[in-house]
This record gives sequence, structure tokens and C-alpha cells, in this order.
Amino acid sequence: MKPVLQLEALVAGWQQAATAALDLSLAAGEIVGLTGPNGVGKSTVLAAIAGRARVFSGRIVHAPAIRISLQTQEVPPVVGLPLSGRELLALTGAATTGLPSWLAERLDQRLDRLSGGQRHYLALWAVLDAPAELILLDEPTNNLDAAGVRHLTTHLHERAAAGSAILVVSHDTAFVQAACDRCLTLEAPADA
Amino acid sequence: MPDFELFLLPFFTGLVLALMLPALGAYLRLRNEWLAALSYPHVAAAGTLGAVFLGLSPLLGGLAMAGLAGAGKRLLARRLSGDVCHALFLLAGWSTTVLVTANQPTAERLGHALFDGQLYFAGVVELLSAVLGSVLVLSALRFASSRLLLLRLYPDFSRLRGLTVWPLELAFDVLAALALALATMSLGVMATFSLVFVPPWLAFRRMGTWRGGLGLAMLLGSLAYVLAFALALLLDQPFGAVFGLLQVLFSLIIA
Repeated sequence: MKPVLQLEALVAGWQQAATAALDLSLAAGEIVGLTGPNGVGKSTVLAAIAGRARVFSGRIVHAPAIRISLQTQEVPPVVGLPLSGRELLALTGAATTGLPSWLAERLDQRLDRLSGGQRHYLALWAVLDAPAELILLDEPTNNLDAAGVRHLTTHLHERAAAGSAILVVSHDTAFVQAACDRCLTLEAPADA
Repeated sequence: MPDFELFLLPFFTGLVLALMLPALGAYLRLRNEWLAALSYPHVAAAGTLGAVFLGLSPLLGGLAMAGLAGAGKRLLARRLSGDVCHALFLLAGWSTTVLVTANQPTAERLGHALFDGQLYFAGVVELLSAVLGSVLVLSALRFASSRLLLLRLYPDFSRLRGLTVWPLELAFDVLAALALALATMSLGVMATFSLVFVPPWLAFRRMGTWRGGLGLAMLLGSLAYVLAFALALLLDQPFGAVFGLLQVLFSLIIA
């Protein structure tokens, strides 16, 4: 099967190269974890795939005309906005069904009146459940309790079973082992 | 007693603007651009007076200058953030206004009228312009609402789906600038600013949904306007000042 995403000796960065060369092939229906110590550029790799960071060498190939969803560690600026969870999900086309009960019953509340963990999971769900062939997640378990991590793991498997390819950056080893089909470790660049 | 028939056209001109400006203000607040409520009216005032100085149509001068500022902001976006851009526009507009009024005696009265408002002089042309402009702005906001919200909350979302973002940003900037210029010609700089700033600010604090926030902003804007118009007529006081004080009162009660 032709991969949805292929990285060939990719070296990415912002002003200067910040990652070691990375090779990766991601097929539809597959969940791959990307781990490694802080500062090796895991988030930068995701940013490069999403066209936010620079590619210094190597290349990124993805299937033509695919829809990409990107979750970053930046929290959507909802504080001070009159916006409910239901309205947020409608914006990205994410479904309201499948949400954990502790969130489903708060869908009509204003987002900045939810707890940090509830708000994080809704913001993540809006990206994760939006129609997409390639889903990129950056530290999705931040701010989540054990119930949230379990629900996220289950839903990732559901999305993969429906045909999406998923690349997850995480430092949470237990989550990566439970959620991902395989895992790559990004090494520090040679001159670091 | 005032002759109420005489004030019908000005009343409806202002009412239409009082419905449209708070909705526009909600999207400017969403984008952290509430300073636009001061910068574009100042630029429009400068354009209007500049046109008088050059012997051109004041209305077209104001609209053209504001439209140019809106388009220019997008061109400068890589070098200047939105709030810095608006601060510079505000300074440029105010400085130009002062310079023109200092050097062109006929422009001085118009300068005062633009800042204090000249709603009572609104006629059929002003009413029709306000109605057409407001219908255009409200329709465009309704059409682009989801994309504007997405752009603020998930800046990469549309781009990653192959959608080009800059035409939407450019259209919003130009439309906002033109709408604020149009409102400035009738309501004046400060009344326009108050309608763009106060009702959305209160609605953002009080409501739980975007749709509800828009509705409350438009309701508060139009309610404050009707009350201020009636009070200004009955007490024979300048409309802009009564309107400003009433909105401060609304803020203290509702916030």
C-alpha cells in the first residue's frame, strides 16, 4: 500500500537545522509514535510536516490532496470568548458523539469555564475527530488524567481503524506503548 | 418639542449602523483588533479632510483612504503585528487631520463634525449607504464566520486543507475599514468607536455562545442608541456625548 506520509532523511528546524535525519513511512490505518528526549526536535518534525518549520535537507512526501489535522501544544485562545464546546466542534467538523460522558454533558458550557483538562480534551477532540486522512498530534496527553488518556487511546484506535494515518509525538511511554502500532525514537543531532 | 419627522432619516441611519457595528466589533475583538475601532475612523477622517483640501469628494476621500489602510495592513502583516499597525494608522490619521485643519480654514468645521458626529444631517443618501453597507457587512460576516473563528483558534487548520487564507484576511480588513469609515461620516469617530468596543465587550463577558454573544452585542448597541437618540433630542444635548455616557453607564451596570 502506498504510504500516506513518507519522510526521507528529513532534517528540520526553524532558523537552523534542529533535528537528526529521520526516515519514516506511515500508512493509512497506522499509528506511529515519535519519542525522544526533550529538545531533540520532535515537535519541529511535526511542524515541518505541517509546513510551519523549514526543511533543511531530505524531503517530505505525502499522498496528494489529503486533509491534514494538526494538534500543537499551543492552547487555542478561548479565554474571554463566548464560545461553547459544541460550537468549537462544529467549526472543525468533529462529531459530538463518542465523547466521554464527563465531557459530553458539558458541551453547551462556555469553554473558558471548563477545567484545564476538560478544555484541553475538547480542543484536542476538535482536531482529532475532524475529517482527515493524516492526523498529527503533539503531546496529546498533556493535562489529561488517567480516564482521559484511556479514552484518547481507544479513540485513536477507532480513527486508525477508519483509515486515518496518525503520527503522535509524546514523552508518555506508557501511552505510546498502549496507543501506537510502532514507535520511533528521534536521536539528538550529531553536533548537539 | 422637536419636530420628530425631521429626525426620522438620521434616526434610522444611526439605528442601522448601531446594529451592524457591534457585530463587526465582535469579530474585531475575536481577532484582538479592537484598536481598529479608533484607527480606521481616524484614517477615514484624515481622508475626508484631505479630499476637501484637494477639492475632491469628501465621502470618496474618506472611504478610499480607509480602504487603502485596510489593504495596506495586510501588506504590512509580515513586518508589523495588527495592534502596532492600528496604532500607527491612528497616529497618522490624527496627525493628518490636525495638519489639514490647521492649514485649511474650511476644513476645520468638517473636522469637528467628523469627530463629534453629524448624524442629524443624515439624509436619504446617508441612509441608503448605511443600509447597503450594513447588509453587505452582515452578510459577509455570516458567510465567513466559521472561517474567521477557525483562523483565530486553529490558525493552521484551513491551510492544511489546501484553502488559501490571505483573500479572507484581506477582504475582512478592507470591509472593516470601509464600514468604519462609512459609520464615521454619520456617527462621528467616538460614537463609532463606542459601538464597536462596548457592546461586544459586554456580550463577551456575559454570554456562553458565539451566536448568543453576537445577538446580545447587537441588542445592546441598538438599545443604547435608541435611548441616547431620544435623550439627546428631548434634553437638546449633543448626541455623541449622550451616547458615550449612556454606554459607560451600561458597562457599569452589565459588566
